[in-house]
Amino acid sequence: MKHKTFFWFVLPSALAMLLFIFLPMVSIVIQSLHVSHEQVIVEVESCGPFGCRQSTTIDQEATEALRAAKPLGQFAGLTTYLDRGHLAVNEVGQAWDASQSWRAFGASMLNLPFYKAMAFTLTFTFVVTPLVIIFGFLIAVAVNSATKVIRGQLIFVSLLPMMITPLVGALILFWMVDARGIVGSLLQDISGDPNLSIKASTPLMWIMLMVYGVWHSAPFAFIVYYAGLQTVNTETLEAAMIDGATRAQRIRYVVVPHLLPLTTFIALMQLMDNFRVFEPIISFSASAHATSLSWAIFNDLGGETRQLSSAAATSVLTVIGITILLTPVLIRTWRDFGRK
Amino acid sequence: MYSWKNFAATTAFAVLSGTTAMASCGVDAGRVSIVGNEFPAIQTVAAGAAACEGLDVKSNLTADHQQINVAGMSGDPAEYTTAIIANSSVVALINEDVVRPLDELVAAHGADIPKNQLITIDGKIYAVAFMANAQTLTYRADALEKIGMDVPATYEDMLAAAEKMRSMGVAENPIGGAYKAGWNLAQEFVNMYIGHGGEFFKPGSAEVSVNNAQGAATLEMMKSLTAYMNPDYLTHDSNATNAEVEAGNVMMLNMWGSRAGSLMDDEGAEAMVYENIKVGAPLTVAGGSMPATTLWWDGWSIAKNISDADAEATFLAMKNGISPSILNDETMSQAVWMIDGYTPAPVNDGVFAAISMQAEPYPMLPFMGLLHTALGDNIADFLQGKESAEQALMDIEAAYTAAAKEKGFLQ
Repeated sequence: MKHKTFFWFVLPSALAMLLFIFLPMVSIVIQSLHVSHEQVIVEVESCGPFGCRQSTTIDQEATEALRAAKPLGQFAGLTTYLDRGHLAVNEVGQAWDASQSWRAFGASMLNLPFYKAMAFTLTFTFVVTPLVIIFGFLIAVAVNSATKVIRGQLIFVSLLPMMITPLVGALILFWMVDARGIVGSLLQDISGDPNLSIKASTPLMWIMLMVYGVWHSAPFAFIVYYAGLQTVNTETLEAAMIDGATRAQRIRYVVVPHLLPLTTFIALMQLMDNFRVFEPIISFSASAHATSLSWAIFNDLGGETRQLSSAAATSVLTVIGITILLTPVLIRTWRDFGRK
Repeated sequence: MYSWKNFAATTAFAVLSGTTAMASCGVDAGRVSIVGNEFPAIQTVAAGAAACEGLDVKSNLTADHQQINVAGMSGDPAEYTTAIIANSSVVALINEDVVRPLDELVAAHGADIPKNQLITIDGKIYAVAFMANAQTLTYRADALEKIGMDVPATYEDMLAAAEKMRSMGVAENPIGGAYKAGWNLAQEFVNMYIGHGGEFFKPGSAEVSVNNAQGAATLEMMKSLTAYMNPDYLTHDSNATNAEVEAGNVMMLNMWGSRAGSLMDDEGAEAMVYENIKVGAPLTVAGGSMPATTLWWDGWSIAKNISDADAEATFLAMKNGISPSILNDETMSQAVWMIDGYTPAPVNDGVFAAISMQAEPYPMLPFMGLLHTALGDNIADFLQGKESAEQALMDIEAAYTAAAKEKGFLQ
């Protein structure tokens, strides 16, 4: 392709990326380096329907000029990144000095919001991603070997979990596992414990969230693999059959190697998606048991006083986290291209 | 008499069909755009404002109002000319300096608004209140009768009654509460801490001070109550708690006055449940006289970044929205209205009891929202037995302090 043609060809996507990816990233980085101006607090009397009281308010006039000159707030460098709500450098140091054992150190780390969120986010990512790939592959192979008559219906049903809005899908599961729901009561019967409640137990809630994660994302892996299966070379398969390969051997030595590049693609997408786990935590009201980085951003912005800098810092940390996670996969892809 | 009845019926019909009879509000041009929470009383006020003749009145009522009102009022001109807010959420608007003092408008058009409805800070009027609300005791009279105990007056009474209900098989988990991690759980802490006589901040400063004996006692009492709650309590907000009441599982709870009405109507529950639901005075705790609840008002403020003409139109429209003309058979019981002609119903007894017991209003402090968020995030670990009360209180203080530094309240 000529350089000029190439330029005009990629221009629209490059513009869109600049506008919707690059500029917002610049904006969160700048925001995260600033904090609000020092607030001048004055004691005043405030009155309402229930009488008058001494209270405090912000003296807006005192900082009006300052705010007009620097609407972003004061430059704080990396302060927000290092505070207790994020990397908590001081607190980690103190916990290190004070703890006698690794166990105690771990417990103090999990008491800090960022590390608590990371613990769940990483567990979720590394449990759900492989399971999604395995289940997606199994469903694809199963559907592909079904007779042509029912294949359409099977594909439709297999895709349902992905078509349902995540929030709604999670809510359906949430009510099913309620102590009075169908799955919840069943578990109580099986375990013989009438007080067993998934929503009250942290380990069960983690499992529930991961089950939801797999349920919701497996169709994505399925549809990609199913498309891949249609391109498997039938001659190779027939040759393997003639050589006496069993069905398992054919899958192991012909199908799986053929689908390997797709696995890289699914792993890439799923690592990114699962690292941003958010909706199930909201739908399952699970924040008492599990938090994620995305939930922390939501929580910062959802309070009556919005903490924009804190949310921005968590966003930047999320971007860095995803970059680190994807590096091995990206290096692999890069090498593959280099070879060709 | 006939004509009065006829009038009430027409108004009720008009409200239901969304075309309230047009009223002249003393202004014939201007932009009015309302943002606010969504519950029946607020819909009534918005409909009352929309009834002004000649005005272009838009409203956006949503449960997520507090996530959009600051942004929607920050532009110039502001998208929303008025926000319907409560004593907690008005602070966010004042902090961001997006609402205007109403003194001139009140002087020109609001001479008839009673002084106690005007919310003033440092002598300047920032909002006009129209209804009162509070969380108070709500209980099943039949359940208390079965165990032969009086209506609880303290949380200790409530625990004793709960134990007896459980042992006598009246209910397995007789206590209810909006203990969902986050805003609701923090609100219950605020109530209980006030009941214990605690102060949230060092006087006159933004320095938090909840790590004390009252704070620990508050957490311990909350934990004692959760022992008698549905084990899923950390996922139950007011709606889920009310559903438990209507299902006949919960016998006693601390519930919003504005939501008690839906428990007493014949929808969603058996007659045994709704006929026996009663509302009582808020409970005290630990031998104190201050009820463990907070008083709330709902009211409206007007945006700063709009033209004076629009501000005037908005003021007059909203004033019409809270005028006696909005009261009818249907709207009367929706709230404890601060409107002439309002006659209380039994469902409102709790809120009136809270007012007459001189309960504390929810603190209207610039940094209270940050403490509320910190409380909501750090109490659940203690209730689940993962950490001590002292550790939970230390976490709350540390989380608040980090947030307050970022917002410039502490250095």
